[in-house]
Amino acid sequence: MDNSSEVREGDVLLKLENILMAFGKVQALNGVSLEVKKGEIHSIIGPNGAGKTVMMNCINGLYHPQQGDIYYKGKKINHLSPHKRAEIGIGRTFQKLELYGGMSVLDNIRMGSHVHLKSGIVSGSIYAGKTKKEELEDRRFIEEEIIDLLEIEEIRDQVAHMLPYGLQKRVELGRALALRPEVILLDEPMAGLNLEEVEDMARFILDINEEKRWKVTCILVEHDMGVVMDISHNVFVLDFGNMVIDGIPEKVSSDPQVIKAYLGEEDLYATRR
Amino acid sequence: MTEENIKITEDLTIPQLFLHQCKRYGDKKVAMREKEFGIWRPFTWKDYLENVKYLSLGMVSLGLKRGDKVAMIGDNRPEGVWAEMAAMCAGAIPVWLFQDCMMEEVKYIIDHSDSSFFVGETQEEVDKGIGIMPDCPKLEYIIWDDPKGMRRYNQDFLKSIKVVQELGRELDKKEPELFENLIKEGNGNDICLLFYTSGTTALPKGALLTHYNMLSMGEDLMKTDPCYDTDDFVSYLPFAWIGEQMMSISCGLQIGYTINFPEEPETGQHNIREIGPHVMFAAPRLYEGLTRQVQVKYLDSTWIKRKIYEIATKIGYHVADLRFEKKHIPWYWKVSNWFAYITMQKKMKDHLGMSRLRYCYTGGAAMGPDHFRFFHALGVNLKQIYGQTEIAGISVVHRDGDIKFDTVGTPLPGTEIKITEDGEILSRGPSVFKGYYKNDEATEKTLKDGWLYSGDTGFIDDDGHLVVFDRSKDVMLLNDGKPFAPQYLESRLKFSPHVQDAWVIGDKLPYITAVMCIDYSVAGKWADEHKINYTSYPELSQDPRIYNLIQEQIEEANESLPEPAKIRKFVNLFKAFDADDDELTRTSKLRRGFMAERYKDIIENLYKDTDIVHLDMTITYEDGREQPIKTDLRIQEIESKQ
Repeated sequence: MDNSSEVREGDVLLKLENILMAFGKVQALNGVSLEVKKGEIHSIIGPNGAGKTVMMNCINGLYHPQQGDIYYKGKKINHLSPHKRAEIGIGRTFQKLELYGGMSVLDNIRMGSHVHLKSGIVSGSIYAGKTKKEELEDRRFIEEEIIDLLEIEEIRDQVAHMLPYGLQKRVELGRALALRPEVILLDEPMAGLNLEEVEDMARFILDINEEKRWKVTCILVEHDMGVVMDISHNVFVLDFGNMVIDGIPEKVSSDPQVIKAYLGEEDLYATRR
Repeated sequence: MTEENIKITEDLTIPQLFLHQCKRYGDKKVAMREKEFGIWRPFTWKDYLENVKYLSLGMVSLGLKRGDKVAMIGDNRPEGVWAEMAAMCAGAIPVWLFQDCMMEEVKYIIDHSDSSFFVGETQEEVDKGIGIMPDCPKLEYIIWDDPKGMRRYNQDFLKSIKVVQELGRELDKKEPELFENLIKEGNGNDICLLFYTSGTTALPKGALLTHYNMLSMGEDLMKTDPCYDTDDFVSYLPFAWIGEQMMSISCGLQIGYTINFPEEPETGQHNIREIGPHVMFAAPRLYEGLTRQVQVKYLDSTWIKRKIYEIATKIGYHVADLRFEKKHIPWYWKVSNWFAYITMQKKMKDHLGMSRLRYCYTGGAAMGPDHFRFFHALGVNLKQIYGQTEIAGISVVHRDGDIKFDTVGTPLPGTEIKITEDGEILSRGPSVFKGYYKNDEATEKTLKDGWLYSGDTGFIDDDGHLVVFDRSKDVMLLNDGKPFAPQYLESRLKFSPHVQDAWVIGDKLPYITAVMCIDYSVAGKWADEHKINYTSYPELSQDPRIYNLIQEQIEEANESLPEPAKIRKFVNLFKAFDADDDELTRTSKLRRGFMAERYKDIIENLYKDTDIVHLDMTITYEDGREQPIKTDLRIQEIESKQ
């Protein structure tokens, strides 16, 4: 959040231009372009295999597209590795949980803020001076801004893989937030959750998007149409690597092509209410 | 008590005592602590005073007047106590609501109490307040203290506690004498609390309690079981329960012990362990939960640990029984008990947060002898108390070394108890309330010549101990006239860790039956170990093997009972009883009348020659949403072993 002054709210924060990504003969993304403005919740929807996660992986640097460019705050970031992209403020959670199962919830979250710790090996080895100050500030940030926000006080000392799935999802969001990202990629944060957990998760996403101290731009991949249409500012529809439509939820949900390709399949993508 | 202590008289008000204590301790002593963001944060008496003062003056500048009602809702937290004390300091009357109250209850109480201020904690409570505002014209302001989720609320009648305190600071600059003058104006016989009773039968009634009621009750309890200002107390039960008011306000304020607030309700048990309170008061449900927790941990532990536990509890039970019977404990049993203490009790008490506990009380509902003995076998000084909201909390309590678990003890000094010819328990003393708010009819029934008619029946035994029967309507007769006590049976059943709740039926019926609620986590764990697949509570509860497990628990409870009092049939309910469905009161007592109506299909079929019940009903979620449920429940018969 430190360098947020560079891009103002409403300006383009992240831009994908003509992205082409193929695995062998499979065209996962076929010249896709996307503009994400600062401060918005931009959802990406599409049937299974449409290329949503591939798009996330391109943004976050796990995949390097064969063609096209990715710009973050106006700078080309094609060449950056995932951890470099994390350092400049792109955080993410995964469709399938990627927590450190054997570590406590607190340690998992602290791992997320690792990139912000700058003190050296000497002070680190004796836990004095700069390290101590940094660690205390970091812990305060995690407690006040993340654990309190996600309401996970009672599990902070528990081992991550022992927790129910819904809580693990929350912890993963916590870890992504500890990075203090400016944009966060949320890959199916509601998948596998019950109604109550979905409502909680939607509230957390709105909180991190709207609260003054966070103001995180969110890119959301999600199947739960109810949630997507309720909380997104813009919805991007992807179908077999091609963009179908990109616009406000009202426009998207009334688009005949979308209804036919996606929303119509009630059995497959029924919402939870 | 030290010389500096103020004497409790009929003239003294709670705010006057509060001011005295704040000046006496200043910033030298911690008045309360709250665990927040992972750290225990202390508030000295000076902080306490400042927060209350500015909040009180802030509400005054918003128009709060003497005698106005201030409704409050929220978790246990310092701001809750500040708001209550602030209202009292301004001469207003606090009205507490249970934090899980549904909209309808909130609306009824706010409207009936004529509250003009509503103090909530978070967005959730604020939403409730906003929701009822159109129906409660007297409600003027809603005050909140947790900013989470409040970013889009900007109505004029919404004020944050900080803003109100800022208003108070401004008023204090203009009129620096005002706060203390407001406090001076009060009198001990003024109403200080309007307390809505949970009501197992009808709509809640608002009991009017005076400052003197509250303080004299606290003083009498502290004479019996002294506490000290170096003690710690953990406040985590609802403020809307008189027991919590009694410990945090009546006793807490005059003794000056430190009140500790847990981080979240869910972390309560863990936070209790961190604090290690000296005194504790809770409803039986909490102790039942702790017992279950120990039993489950026992089943989970290694062979050697189980053996040590078994030996240590045997010793513990024997010594506890000797103490109950007031017999001399021979030296070899003392040595054995020491062994039990170092090998098991000490660690167990540490885990339960009971290491430093001097007294712990249970009250509000009946507690079974099994649970009671269990804690004494651990060396925990658990005492029954008896009382009601109408007597500012409690009137009868067990004395140290004189504990009989089938009684509730002897009256507090200053309280008289007598039994009418019909067996109804009456009490008289300085703590008896002034009547019900806007309900003269109920007042006349309850208060006659200074005696409080409790509606409970009981008798006084040869040692002067009061024995309380179950609420009179809960002593039941089978249709052949044989009596049985459902609460007693229920408490026996609940001693099994697999059983969360039980409802025993049989009034004017040929035999006794029960509706059981399994404990989802414990029974679920048992199912895991026995390779039983399940996806939800309803499914698990209907598994035949779970039925057999529950049957074993019932048979165990049946063993010590005479033939007619044995449970013959039972059914596992598809859900646990819940206050949101009106099945329990907010203090977790069964509402039998309501249940008999709601589950009349079950009752009907329990007394028919059938082994299945079809149910078609709705359940209510905490946010008020309803969902229809259609399900079949199996009835299982328990064959007599004779």
